[in-house]
Amino acid sequence: MSSRWLHPGAWWLWSLCLAAAASQTTNPLLLGLLISAAVIVVAARKPDAPWGKSFEFFLFLGAMIITIRVLFQIVFGAGFGTTVLFELPGVSFPDWMSGLRLGGSVTLEAILGAFYDGLRLATIAIVIGAANSLASPTRLLKAVPTALYELGVSIVVALTFIPQLTTDAGRIREMRRLRGRNSKGLKGFVSLGLPVLAGALDRSIILAESMDSRGYGRHQKETTLGRRVSISLVLTSLSLALIGVYSLLTAGTSASVAILIVSIGLILGGVTLWRAGRTRVRTVYRPDTWALPEWLVSIAGVAVLGVFLVARISPDQALILRPELNTWPSLPLWGLLAFGIACTPAITTPPPPAFDIDTNEPVGAEALT
Amino acid sequence: MISFQHVTFRYAEESQPVLRDLNLEIPAGELALLLGATGSGKTTFLRAINGLVPHFTGGHFTGSVSVNGRSTQVNQPRELADLVGFVAQDPVSGFVTDLVEDELAYSMECLGINPPVMRRRVEEILDLLGLTELRNRPLHTLSGGQQQRVAIGSVLTAQPKVLVLDEPTSALDPGAAEEVLAALHRLVHDLGITVVLAEHRLERVMQYCDSILLLENGSIRSGTPSELMQTSSIAPPVIHLGRLAGWDPLPISIRDARRAAPPLRALLANHSPRVQAVPIQSPRIVEIKEVHCSYGKRTVLRGVDLVLDAGEITALMGRNGAGKSTLLRTLVGLKNQSKGTIQVNGVDPHTLAAKDLLRHVGFVPQEPHDLFESLTVAAECKSSDTDAGCPPGTTRALLALMAPDVQDGTHPRDLSEGQQMLLALCLIVAAKPPLLLLDEPTRGLDYPTKKKLGEVLRGLATAGHTVLMATHDVELVAELATRVVIMGDGEIVANGPTQSVITDSPMFAPQVSKVLAPDRWITVEQIAYVLNQELA
Repeated sequence: MSSRWLHPGAWWLWSLCLAAAASQTTNPLLLGLLISAAVIVVAARKPDAPWGKSFEFFLFLGAMIITIRVLFQIVFGAGFGTTVLFELPGVSFPDWMSGLRLGGSVTLEAILGAFYDGLRLATIAIVIGAANSLASPTRLLKAVPTALYELGVSIVVALTFIPQLTTDAGRIREMRRLRGRNSKGLKGFVSLGLPVLAGALDRSIILAESMDSRGYGRHQKETTLGRRVSISLVLTSLSLALIGVYSLLTAGTSASVAILIVSIGLILGGVTLWRAGRTRVRTVYRPDTWALPEWLVSIAGVAVLGVFLVARISPDQALILRPELNTWPSLPLWGLLAFGIACTPAITTPPPPAFDIDTNEPVGAEALT
Repeated sequence: MISFQHVTFRYAEESQPVLRDLNLEIPAGELALLLGATGSGKTTFLRAINGLVPHFTGGHFTGSVSVNGRSTQVNQPRELADLVGFVAQDPVSGFVTDLVEDELAYSMECLGINPPVMRRRVEEILDLLGLTELRNRPLHTLSGGQQQRVAIGSVLTAQPKVLVLDEPTSALDPGAAEEVLAALHRLVHDLGITVVLAEHRLERVMQYCDSILLLENGSIRSGTPSELMQTSSIAPPVIHLGRLAGWDPLPISIRDARRAAPPLRALLANHSPRVQAVPIQSPRIVEIKEVHCSYGKRTVLRGVDLVLDAGEITALMGRNGAGKSTLLRTLVGLKNQSKGTIQVNGVDPHTLAAKDLLRHVGFVPQEPHDLFESLTVAAECKSSDTDAGCPPGTTRALLALMAPDVQDGTHPRDLSEGQQMLLALCLIVAAKPPLLLLDEPTRGLDYPTKKKLGEVLRGLATAGHTVLMATHDVELVAELATRVVIMGDGEIVANGPTQSVITDSPMFAPQVSKVLAPDRWITVEQIAYVLNQELA
């Protein structure tokens, strides 16, 4: 397959579906498979570009999330479970502080529970990190509807922030060595904070200025009434959509009501976009194409989410999605199937263009145009 | 085309205005060069043209600026985007997209230009700026000169009537700078664009400009180059040479100076240039043998041999990407060589622990502020004393000597570029490393600050430090370096005394040498010395 950039929307859809699937389970085996799928696809399709380097950061972030979650459980944990691993000197607060407790006996169940929970959050962070390193944030911006452009820009600035932070941190760490300081260990890590943030802030301001002086955000004048209508439409539609999605993903609300709320939110959102799009003057140069590989990636993501959602509503699978803490979690066949589907983008997508700086010629340049 | 009327501007946190009651007109089709010392408000002036000042900076603004009849008072920078193209100092931070073509199209997308028109204009600009082969490349794989040309192209696609550039060549090697300036020259001639640019390296731009705006103490004097250069304290070497030799009219370009030069040549014929003495028989500080180095598959150093003695000031020159920075990085142990041996002061820097490194070699990076991590200058100096293991107050005293006007309470990042460079130099020099490395030390520095830096470095060399600096600044090299090493594609292609190396190559020759070639004079100082003797 000749190399080209995949539509960034496809990568984001795939990764958000995987994240939603991960949110459905605390089974460490299923979560592990989702992380592996993300790692495999990133390894196969990561471009040689600045944003491609951010995945390691997200793996690190995932590890931090798990560690912090488990530590909190040990320190503040409510003592449930029977298998006591070790005792910490503990303080119990009076009843009116409703069971708050520090230290005390640490049980295997409590730690496992915290680990599962942390792993779920870590998985969500890692699969989103996969999209962040697979798709160029700025190409995503081109696909954002004109009306959402301003919002899109804030997201893109945030997305470019992380790869830049990792590059900056590397450079500042070198600089510390130049000043005769040890850059390893926790202390070295913490001291990177100020210079890295100062640099990132400077650069964001330069970027904002550059965008503004190149005409970003030009639009025709809108009346005060029109603007108020737009703002209230945006807020209403977003809240409705969020409430609907929340009730879909959590137990307790009937599915039909949730779907109704989501649909109303989406329709209102559409109206908002159409209204706002009228006042914008923006056009798009060579929009990214959406062809077969994009469809395959999106279908893979939606299919994985589908498998998890079906498992959630079927009563006999509930124990697999949320395993008991005192038994070994089981790995169902559909889990492996979902893993297989989640990995398909590693093969079904064209590789990203590679650039050899020495020859000054892009490899596969014809594929780009 | 551009008109300033009674413009006064003061930043919110300052008591003195940066611009005072400016009144001026820049006619259409002119290439105007803005001059001024570091911190004189050049960037503020440029940013006022498209309204970034005051819309983005805040502050107190009175008077009016209008471009082609549109005032910045009622128009935000974005509303002027079709009229004024603004290229900031650091093109990389201002890039909004990833690929060359997308970057060129960005302004047009914002202006809502039809896709077929966009395609046509992108083609035109690719041709005009010689970027055709790079059209599909990611921006981060381009060299500095290419990036600068893309930055210029990306504002030109909106077909502005005015182009504003802030130090477009400060990060470029002489060859790439020529490319960018030639492109600008073409824009002025072919498209009739009005160009306003600020630049410290006058020797590069003076010959191209039609008028000069001299910014001093918040007010501007404008005039033709030959008028203003009669008296200006900020002037390139060729002007100093002309004034010294009493040439009238004062030549602005090398070519004019060469035609005026025969009498001076005759006068100099019986003399030979005085060169800086290099200490003899000093201990060997750097010894590099057959060093190879690579990033991934890309080889950056191919068998480099280099020996440096104490007290030498060596300039490392060459194209962007020739391996200069990598060589410096291997010398300070940030980059590991794949083959060969490196000895700095008798040890391999890579094996040194961080706290011992500074006793052997110090490195001042291209962005000096990367070294800073405290909130005030005083705290920065204090932590440097601890790092260097010297008595409290050493670094601060050193700084007071080099830059007397720096205040204790200032945030290091708020210092001017020159002051940042000097502070970084102090932080490193406090530990008295035998070898001092500098990467592009004069980037963004004006002539007086450069002179000051030169004095400081010469002092350090006299005290026995070995200085190795990577630089594109040929005039600095001519004045300061005792030896020049030129790199090309990872190899050392020339290594010898400054006098002979830089006069051999037209690319690296300073202005004086270009005027008086084939005689080997390189600085105005050398000639002044001879003329003084003749008079005495």
